[in-house]
Amino acid sequence: MPFPAGDTLLILPELFLTAAGLVVLLWATAVSREGERGLAFFSIGALAATGILLFVSARMAGALPRSGFGGMFVMDRFGLYFKGILILVSIVTILFSLRFIGAASYPGGEYYGLLLFATVGMLFMASGTNLASIVVALELMALSQYVLAGYFKRETKSLEAAAKYFVLGAFSSGILLYGVSLVYGAAGTLSLAGIATAFAAPKPPAFLVVGIIFVACGMFFKIASAPFHVWAPDVYEGAPTPISAFFAVGPKLAAYAIFARIFFVGFGPRAGDWTAIVAASAALTMIVGNVGALMQTNVKRLLGYSSIGHAGYALLGFLAYGDKSGIGLWSVLVYLLAYAFMNLGAFGLVILLEAKGYAGESVDDFNGLAKKNPWLAAAMLVFLLSLAGIPPTAGFVGKYFLFSAAMKAGYFWLALLAVLMSAVSLFYYFRIARAMYLVDGEGTLHWREEPAVTAAIALCAAGTLAMGILPGPFVQFARTCLLPFGP
Amino acid sequence: MNGLLSLLIFLPVVGTLVVLFVPREKPSVVRWVTTLFAGAEFLLSLPLWTFAGFRRSGDFFFRETHDWIPSLGAKYALGVDGISALLILLTTLLSFISVYASFTAITKREKEYYVFLLLLETGMVGVFCALDFFLFYVFWEVMLVPMYFLIGIWGGPRKLYAAIKFFLYTLAGSVVMLLAIIALYFFNTSGFLWWKGLGNPATFDIVHFQAIASSIPPDLQLWLFWAFFLGFAIKVPMFPFHTWLPDAHVEAPTAGSVILAGVLLKMGTYGFLRFSLPLCPDALASPARFLGLTSVGWVAALSIVGIIYGSMVAMVQKDMKKLVAYSSVAHLGFVMLGLFALNNAGIQGGILQSINHGLSTGGLFLLVGIVYERTHTRMIADYGGLSGVMPVYAMLFMVILLASIGLPLLNGFVGEFTILTGVFLADWRWAAWASLGVILGAAYMLWLYQRVFFGELTNEKNKGLEDVNLREILTLAPLIAMCFWIGLYPKPFFEMTAKSAEKIVAAVSAPHVRRAAQESAARLASAAPLAVLPPAVPAAAAPEVK
Repeated sequence: MPFPAGDTLLILPELFLTAAGLVVLLWATAVSREGERGLAFFSIGALAATGILLFVSARMAGALPRSGFGGMFVMDRFGLYFKGILILVSIVTILFSLRFIGAASYPGGEYYGLLLFATVGMLFMASGTNLASIVVALELMALSQYVLAGYFKRETKSLEAAAKYFVLGAFSSGILLYGVSLVYGAAGTLSLAGIATAFAAPKPPAFLVVGIIFVACGMFFKIASAPFHVWAPDVYEGAPTPISAFFAVGPKLAAYAIFARIFFVGFGPRAGDWTAIVAASAALTMIVGNVGALMQTNVKRLLGYSSIGHAGYALLGFLAYGDKSGIGLWSVLVYLLAYAFMNLGAFGLVILLEAKGYAGESVDDFNGLAKKNPWLAAAMLVFLLSLAGIPPTAGFVGKYFLFSAAMKAGYFWLALLAVLMSAVSLFYYFRIARAMYLVDGEGTLHWREEPAVTAAIALCAAGTLAMGILPGPFVQFARTCLLPFGP
Repeated sequence: MNGLLSLLIFLPVVGTLVVLFVPREKPSVVRWVTTLFAGAEFLLSLPLWTFAGFRRSGDFFFRETHDWIPSLGAKYALGVDGISALLILLTTLLSFISVYASFTAITKREKEYYVFLLLLETGMVGVFCALDFFLFYVFWEVMLVPMYFLIGIWGGPRKLYAAIKFFLYTLAGSVVMLLAIIALYFFNTSGFLWWKGLGNPATFDIVHFQAIASSIPPDLQLWLFWAFFLGFAIKVPMFPFHTWLPDAHVEAPTAGSVILAGVLLKMGTYGFLRFSLPLCPDALASPARFLGLTSVGWVAALSIVGIIYGSMVAMVQKDMKKLVAYSSVAHLGFVMLGLFALNNAGIQGGILQSINHGLSTGGLFLLVGIVYERTHTRMIADYGGLSGVMPVYAMLFMVILLASIGLPLLNGFVGEFTILTGVFLADWRWAAWASLGVILGAAYMLWLYQRVFFGELTNEKNKGLEDVNLREILTLAPLIAMCFWIGLYPKPFFEMTAKSAEKIVAAVSAPHVRRAAQESAARLASAAPLAVLPPAVPAAAAPEVK
């Protein structure tokens, strides 16, 4: 099927990034261990250039949204919002990886290449408007992820993480595909707009609900919400820490993008069928994540459980699907930006706590950090406050809108559960604050200063605070990036 | 005078930044810089005292409004009335004293300590200034963080437990309050759940919410009232939410205890005054009962239990600081009872008693801190006969203790008497129970004094104790002067709050007036509406002290 030449313009950034990824792979064969830093900087440059290209191609595309490739791909503000954040996430991940990978004596070439390919997958996910293109993009991201999780191939933990992730990931992809096939059977098309039209009919086939449930399960797996969350703590713990940071933010954000697009646009007319499922999962996720985190002593696991809890909060926004103000979607958009800043920042601190190629694991490793490095401790405090939702930080602003959305949608009990769980979360987040400030004595591991990581942390801290103190512009911007949706 | 409140809020932040640049090796510079900023802050807050507008009207003055989050309608809106002005003055005074009192008590990580103290002051002043609900909530939460660290780093042996307990308790209450704020916000605009909204433009303006209070449906008011109640009652703290208080007080360093008792607890009572009473008048007037008590009845009952229970528990304490902490539970029970008498005398007395409690309990914590620095024990049993070795200390202790008991000529008396008058007008049985608390209060305090200061000097270690030095006297002198001032001439203080209290009384009696008007209109058109007011209605009570 021939496409108009103008469509290529829409995917120019993704094409460029794919080419850059191939260059990195080829270049990696010719470069020495010492030269790998060059690869990293090349990747950062490629990502930055992709960001600029996004901007340029959006400008050249004219009036948005503009659909292309027979309705497979759309360039709209919603997708661009996610792509902007995703590129930032990948850049920060590479900054985190610079020395981490070098010190661990694993080759860096494939690593950066895979990271770029995963990013390409995520970018396509943010723009997919057809279940086929979405699934392919998802798999491109997921396959790169499986390899990255097991990148430290001599570490059993890393291998374990990769194996778990792969098995469960493949399983969930199967569930998702099965759901997609049912939906296809019911609607006769894979295009989201077509599905919406088919579903708006008064009497769609009964197995449609089953299809929606299967697709929802696939989504729940990708965003690590209960009852499909079990992989997250294990994978975050075992994967190389920069990759854990990446997993906790990048792929999750991309998953939220397709989740929102599939359910708001495609399944929108059937909102009555899926809001109950999402509400149940949100409640369960908040409880499982926050209660599970209470007992963790390993920081990576703790952050893993915390990210489960956060998935539960984010689901609250989906419940306000039908609200005319659009709060259901923009609350999620605002929250995810906050989530990216604070989670990347917190993982950055864990990366600095390094020993033998593996990051500092135990909460005790943070002991006395406030004395050793007050600025880093202060940054971590900002991230923790933000994660717990204490103002004036981004996390509070994000949660505020999500709670509002839940109230607006009439889910008062969920809002109550959410605020109480967010009070519970303070307890485990502040175990780290306690270690940094309150406990005398030294952490067992030594801190290694790394300018790239510190810069990334500073960026995240600035973002967290700016969004917390002056949320106005961020909210305003997110509100212009909504999807065309609504009953 | 525009910008005064912003200056008061952000001056401590500037102080923080300056302190951050002082090298760690020079703690005395850190101390004096902080003292300078805290002192300047206090001096700058004095115009709030001399400003005559508070005595003329109950409106908000010194207002500042800037857009903050336009898409949400949240504004950076500040303003104070007589009540918040008094509380700000108390805050700046106690913060200054706390800084000055920490010179020798804090010996480790001094820089961080003073940074947290200053940040705490920003949060506290911000809470009292905010006229925007969103902003209020931000300050309300921000304040918890420095307090957590003050208790957690410089506290006693169980500091880790006490610090997180304080944080979690208060946070649990305030997140529920957040839901109430969201509910109010949506009710004002588009509505939510089964409540149809008013369709007003989105705002968090507290003055606006107070104005629309009468159009909030009574059932929603009841929910709002109890959601706010949870947030504020934990802060006050009211029985049975008080359990964080003894731990936090006992473990906190002296300055932390002073600020905790002096200011942080007042935020709870301030919250009731500013939000619960004016925003939920129908919930208060509602005759609906739960287990035989109305909403007001429940609050009053919990206050009375707090008074009696707090006093009895204080009686048996072996640790001086714990005793003072439980006495706070009892005193705040008094304040709450006064506020929920819902008449002029009760509310004015409640406000004044909030200030009094800040002065006298703050003073008591300072005094306990002084002797603790010398002996490193707070156990009553380790003392006895101190009046022989520390005569000046004994005298100062006596004055503040008597102020706390409520001896005439001292501030506690004025406050308690006014509260009791108001409470008596509301329900004489409440007054009877509360008076029992006055007696118990005298009992545990005087017994404490007897055991610590009178009798033989039994503990050998106490023989060589130094009496208070000049710096310590200077920290206590302003408090004692204030105790006498309020005790002898409370008029200016009552004048500060009279107009605002009238406004609150008018707001809470509005449903009664409305109902009475409806009833009388239904019965006979010519009857004067006020004639059928139920006897407990506030309008009947005039301020007692003028």
